[in-house]
Amino acid sequence: MPVNETLANYSDWLYGAAALVYVFAMVLYTFEQAFTRRAKKSEGVARELVGAGAPVDPTPKIGRIDKPSAPDRPERFGRMAVALTVLGALLHLSSVALRGVATHRAPWGNMYEYGASAMLVAVVTWLVLLRKFDVRRLGAFVLTPVVILMFLGGTALYTAAAPVQPALQSYWLVIHVSAAILSSGLLLVPGVVSLLYLVRVAHDGDPARFAKLGPRLPEADSLDRLAYRTTIFAFPIYTFGIICGAIWAESAWGRFWGWDPKETVAFVAWVVYAGYLHSRATAGWRGSRAAVINSVAFGLIVFNLFFINLVIAGLHSYAK
Amino acid sequence: MRRLGAFLRNTWRGLTSMRTALILLFLLALAAMPGALLPQRSLNLPRALDYIDAHGWWGRLLDKLQFFDVYASVWFSAVYLLLFISLVGCLLPRTVDYAKALRAKPVLTPRNLKRLPHHETADLDATPQQVMADAGKALKGWRLVEREEDDGARSVSAEKGYLREAGNLVFHFAMLGLIVALALGKMFNYEGQVIVIADGDQFCNSGTLGYDSFRPGLRVDGTNLDPFCVRVNSFDATYLPNGQAEQFAAKVDYQAGGDLDTNTWRPYDLRVNDPLRTVGDRVYLLGHGYAPTFTVTFPDGQKRTQTIQWRPVDNLTLLSEGATKFDPPGVTDAEERRKKQIAITGLFAPTALIQDKILTSSHPSLSDPAVAVDVMRGDLGIDSGRGQSIFQIDQSLVDSGRLTRVARENLKPGGVITLDDGTKISFDGVVPWVSLQVSHDPTQVWVLCFAVGMVLGLGVSLRIRRRRLWVRATPDGEGRTVVAVGGLARTDQAGYGEEFHRLAAKLLGPRRDG
Ligand code: HEM
Repeated sequence: MPVNETLANYSDWLYGAAALVYVFAMVLYTFEQAFTRRAKKSEGVARELVGAGAPVDPTPKIGRIDKPSAPDRPERFGRMAVALTVLGALLHLSSVALRGVATHRAPWGNMYEYGASAMLVAVVTWLVLLRKFDVRRLGAFVLTPVVILMFLGGTALYTAAAPVQPALQSYWLVIHVSAAILSSGLLLVPGVVSLLYLVRVAHDGDPARFAKLGPRLPEADSLDRLAYRTTIFAFPIYTFGIICGAIWAESAWGRFWGWDPKETVAFVAWVVYAGYLHSRATAGWRGSRAAVINSVAFGLIVFNLFFINLVIAGLHSYAK
Repeated sequence: MRRLGAFLRNTWRGLTSMRTALILLFLLALAAMPGALLPQRSLNLPRALDYIDAHGWWGRLLDKLQFFDVYASVWFSAVYLLLFISLVGCLLPRTVDYAKALRAKPVLTPRNLKRLPHHETADLDATPQQVMADAGKALKGWRLVEREEDDGARSVSAEKGYLREAGNLVFHFAMLGLIVALALGKMFNYEGQVIVIADGDQFCNSGTLGYDSFRPGLRVDGTNLDPFCVRVNSFDATYLPNGQAEQFAAKVDYQAGGDLDTNTWRPYDLRVNDPLRTVGDRVYLLGHGYAPTFTVTFPDGQKRTQTIQWRPVDNLTLLSEGATKFDPPGVTDAEERRKKQIAITGLFAPTALIQDKILTSSHPSLSDPAVAVDVMRGDLGIDSGRGQSIFQIDQSLVDSGRLTRVARENLKPGGVITLDDGTKISFDGVVPWVSLQVSHDPTQVWVLCFAVGMVLGLGVSLRIRRRRLWVRATPDGEGRTVVAVGGLARTDQAGYGEEFHRLAAKLLGPRRDG
């Protein structure tokens, strides 16, 4: 079936609009950061710890309330930033959906589409986590890689809407790539949060380091927990995705595993994530070392998406 | 002797410790990486050889160190094996511990519950017995032990989440099984590739000679392959205007197992992603191309016709190159024959685009085929004993003047070239060919089962938390009871808090006053 050009164009515009809205949201998150003078010590911790041992205040505390009547400036910026992020995500979602309608297939048949969907997952993950953890201040840090990757996807990797080649026409494509998109989008958040954890720990150890940024970040503990929880949610999905890839490869390429560069790096990243989970159960490896491992593992996922696809041509002809 | 024993024991302990496992995991990741960055012999031999050539002593050194055969290298295997041993050594004691833990009672209530990461206390209007009964109700599904303490206090120890460790063990054991299944697969698998012209030609899996290339497992000698035959009747592809393939399929008939004895053929549509699965083998459609048909009419009137595959030089337009070689019929004198052999070599385009007499292809579909050929006459070197490519002529024979060009022309189907000695060469038409891969791997089903076991085990183990909770009810001597609740997550603190506070709220009720 031919591609519906009009819808494909709308999809492209929505993609650009979503990226732009994310940039605005980032600016507002940054304002919130900049205008918040003191560290909000008591709220850096995940909400679950609020009220430990004390009567629990049923209303969650959001932001610091200086003037009891109206939210103060940073608070307003923060809320606007979240609202904009939601708006961006909606535009982003429509862009992905329209691409699917325009091409009559699951909209993840090339790197541009893959990146677009994975970044959508990352943003949605972030929004979901916001409901549970008081980490709104980290918004700018999570959106930065999202916007950068979306920019690269929309320029260097952009692919016009088209049907996919025969090797990619399989329902395993839908399952395998969905799992890959879901897990890499999810894993972006712990990747970033682990880096921030390292910043925070460095600052806690020596207040002169990251003197500006350090105090504005949530407590190290809370960052560590956020990273761990998101990772253990994503890791089984990632494992499942690799296995589906193997099943697909078995029916498309004649072997379930062949150490194709893409498979190899996916495996390496998987092993490093397994290392992360182990490190949290190994004396002397918790904390900073685990955070480094987590960031490295996410780095490998990005490396796999960009470097391996673009520079090292393997069987995964996806990149073209 | 004792020293040796101690040494062995220490080595074993070291090897199976968590830290070693961690380091081995990183080593595995590190060792696997070069295979993604450097061309591998097993994947792309020409690229690997080019790379080695292009990098001089450095390339040769890397080659000596097996960097172009990473996954068969000594060092990769060593890491792999050490991990395997470490895994076994770690799993056995853990399984024993787990079996014990399943039967053991939850541990005694600690003296001071306030030291625990999660704790709450309250003063309640209830007897210790009532508190214990409430606790029993609130902690449904937990493993409980109630104990009486010296000072009239009562306490209950509760534990939950035993499935976590079970899931974890399932995961690691499944991984162990997967590693074993993979190793067995490497012994008994084979993989062969063959090109079949799609005009009713057939291929039978009767021995390695039938293949263009064959890669046996360590314990496969090429005899006793599972017998089956495939006949390729036709091949059909559709393309987008830009040349990207939309879909392709080959119509084949096959016979395997009992059908061989009764000579029954069964039809099958062979497609990418849709291999033919016979009793023990799988047949894949890997690629396709074109085979031009040429007829040579020799001066004495004898005709010879051949349809030989040419190979694509451009995958997007299927511009192909090749060499169709003819022996003059009826010439018995070898010396004489070597002067009269003929090769038709050059380019084939499925959709011809001719500019300044240069032939290129503008599209992969067979809509306007043409060839641009050089006709070579002389010694093809076929009987020199040196192997040669079926796609090329031996250039050294051209250089030495023993093979000379006698014509160069662009032809469309039906076109004819007449040589100086009266030999006529006609381009009759084109037939597609398909390249098939036959794969055999008796353990791959096992690998799949273990892989599924891994995901399930992992899911259980990561979603469930092993946690403990204690309640102590101490009468304060004035008719009220001090109730203390403490909690500890055994594996990772993350995320126990919410559940603990919910339970504590339930146990301590609305009457508490801190
Ligand atoms: C082949 C290499 C290995 C891989 C890929 C691997 C992978 C994993 C993964 C993904 C987990 C997380 C699941 C969970 O937390 O329940 C885990 C946990 C664990 N692994 Fe391994 N493992 C390997 C080898 C080993 C070895 C050799 C040991 C023993 C020294 C070991 C001991 C453990 C332990 C004790 C846990 C539980 C950690 C926790 O409770 O968080 N693993 N492993």
